[in-house]
Amino acid sequence: MSILVNKDTKVVCQGITGRAGEFHSKNCIEYGTQLVCGVTPGKGGQEVLGVPVYDTVAEAVEKQGVDASMIFVPPAFTAGAILEAVDAGIKTIVAITEGVPVLDMARVYDKIKGRDDVNLIGPNCPGVITSDECKIGIMPGYIHKKGTVGVMSRSGTLTYEAVWQLSNVGLGQTTCVGLGGDPIVGTSFIDLLKMYQEDDATEAIIMIGEIGGTAEEEAAAFVKENVTKPVAAFIAGRTAPPGKRMGHAGAIISGGKGTAEEKIAALEDAGIEVAQSPADMGAAIQRAMAK
Amino acid sequence: MKIHEYQAKQLLREANIAVPESIVARSADEAAAAFKALGGSIAVVKAQIHAGGRGKGTIKTNPEQKGVQLVKSAEEAASVAENLLGNELVTIQTGPEGKAVQQVLVEAGCDIARELYLGIVVDRAEGLPVLMVSSEGGVNIEEVAAKTPELIFKEHFHPDTGLQSSQVGSLCEKLGITGDSVKSAEKFMTALCKLFVDLDCSIAEINPLVVTGGGEIIALDAKINFDDNALFRHKELEELRDLSEEDPAEVRAGQAGLSYVALDGNIGCLVNGAGLAMSTMDLIKLHGGEPANFLDVGGSANVESVTEAFHIILGDEAVKAVLVNIFGGIMQCTTIANAILEAYKQVGFNVPLVVRLEGTEVEEGRKLLAESDVDIISASDLTDAANKVVAAIA
Repeated sequence: MSILVNKDTKVVCQGITGRAGEFHSKNCIEYGTQLVCGVTPGKGGQEVLGVPVYDTVAEAVEKQGVDASMIFVPPAFTAGAILEAVDAGIKTIVAITEGVPVLDMARVYDKIKGRDDVNLIGPNCPGVITSDECKIGIMPGYIHKKGTVGVMSRSGTLTYEAVWQLSNVGLGQTTCVGLGGDPIVGTSFIDLLKMYQEDDATEAIIMIGEIGGTAEEEAAAFVKENVTKPVAAFIAGRTAPPGKRMGHAGAIISGGKGTAEEKIAALEDAGIEVAQSPADMGAAIQRAMAK
Repeated sequence: MKIHEYQAKQLLREANIAVPESIVARSADEAAAAFKALGGSIAVVKAQIHAGGRGKGTIKTNPEQKGVQLVKSAEEAASVAENLLGNELVTIQTGPEGKAVQQVLVEAGCDIARELYLGIVVDRAEGLPVLMVSSEGGVNIEEVAAKTPELIFKEHFHPDTGLQSSQVGSLCEKLGITGDSVKSAEKFMTALCKLFVDLDCSIAEINPLVVTGGGEIIALDAKINFDDNALFRHKELEELRDLSEEDPAEVRAGQAGLSYVALDGNIGCLVNGAGLAMSTMDLIKLHGGEPANFLDVGGSANVESVTEAFHIILGDEAVKAVLVNIFGGIMQCTTIANAILEAYKQVGFNVPLVVRLEGTEVEEGRKLLAESDVDIISASDLTDAANKVVAAIA
């Protein structure tokens, strides 16, 4: 088993006719993802990478029965693309696009908040991958090995680093999810913790957080009360100065809130094994599993 | 993007939000003329820099001069402006080097009955904008939040429906705003919430928000920042940007599509991805070194942008060694390797260079570097890279 996506997931790419959309769709298909069609308004009827292109997501759902979407449209149109997918009844929506205005996401989040029939991942994220089954996103597929660890992260390349370390110590992964680096994203650590806790194949969970916001503290409180599986964590940005945005719009210490120290203290209080160094993530999950 | 107080107040005026009368001055003479034009017996001269804490801040070369001062004559306005203009103001937010004052705002005095706090930000946990008010105005709101959180009152609002009348009523009751002032508060709060949404602000903060002797609600100070991701739909805001307030290296990096933040250390960092870039800084520190910068080359970096990244890092004279840490995903290791070779040709490396490559096309990338005549210390993993770069400057 796994969470969110598996070998039976049928995927549409919104924005497949763009350069990034086509490039990453190709990589996903090569990984084995059932990417069965694309959507670009006004370009319906074309064929890209051997799959049909439709004008609307509703048409893609009707003709191909897709249940997941990968979004590669420009930032100004991302909120509209997400809502189109929601309205078409797609359950798993993965928005890769970086640079979406935060108030656009406030409007989107208000529409999907509390709904069990929508899982929005992102925006500004690397995507979702269930090892050897389905890749929806931009991560390098070959570093992922099938196994028992669930990986969730607010980062991109740091997630690859974590997966690499896990694979190197012989620990494969069930599903790896990049939540995205923006202030408002569709899925939280807590949403995923619930899924990993219920997933039989996942035996342990690693959470990769970063400075800014309080998502890690909330996740720590949830783990303390609700998660029985071993959990390890790493927080990026211990040495980041306050008031400076560290690349991600969401990675900023403001008003004395969102520091790495606060987050690490909350995680340790919840019994989570915290990696002190980014080089220690693989070993940290081993320690958590040995407890 | 940040703007100055005087620019923020102009935006408030355009949105019919009450602010005191004020005039911008760029010389002592202009300050004197502004005092006369305002026509009152008192005014306040306020240094305009992109940092808070100006009232308590002092001029670097003249610690007697504060960043904000009450004046009672045109001559006094001129003399204060003279002390401020062209000099560095040091506040708790500027760092010890301070920021040069290019202009002052001369503002009419105001009859203050009460000082309150008002701020609007996006609440990440709720996913909505939130209006926060407090009876404790004029002070550091973060201290209020830490010590007496019960004195801060919040109302969330949807971007499209805005703040509702009932929400204003509830906030006024908690703040003890009564009578005609409620109407003034409603006009102020709803208009500011609308401005926050219309201009895609990331923060709109009025501290202090003043209730005048006549019961009017008015913005004595104003801080507005914009969401960088939304600037594409606000071309009119571009002219408000003051590049002289920003770090030149950060501006240059932004133009090349790089994300760069200057730090105080001596180990330059070149990394792909923000999370990995932050972690690389942390790693250096853990191994006893000090990072000179945060630098994320981004996922779509090419030889040109990475070469520019080397220019920026090596342009920092404090840099004594450079650590390149790349986990290729979309970015191929061969791109980085070629960029290193190109940068070597263009910039030359006068400091040790430690390179750790992993991910897409790693073997080809390593081969390119190994076969070149560039002097590179290659590292096998994160710990090895940190040890080698720290040793290189020892």
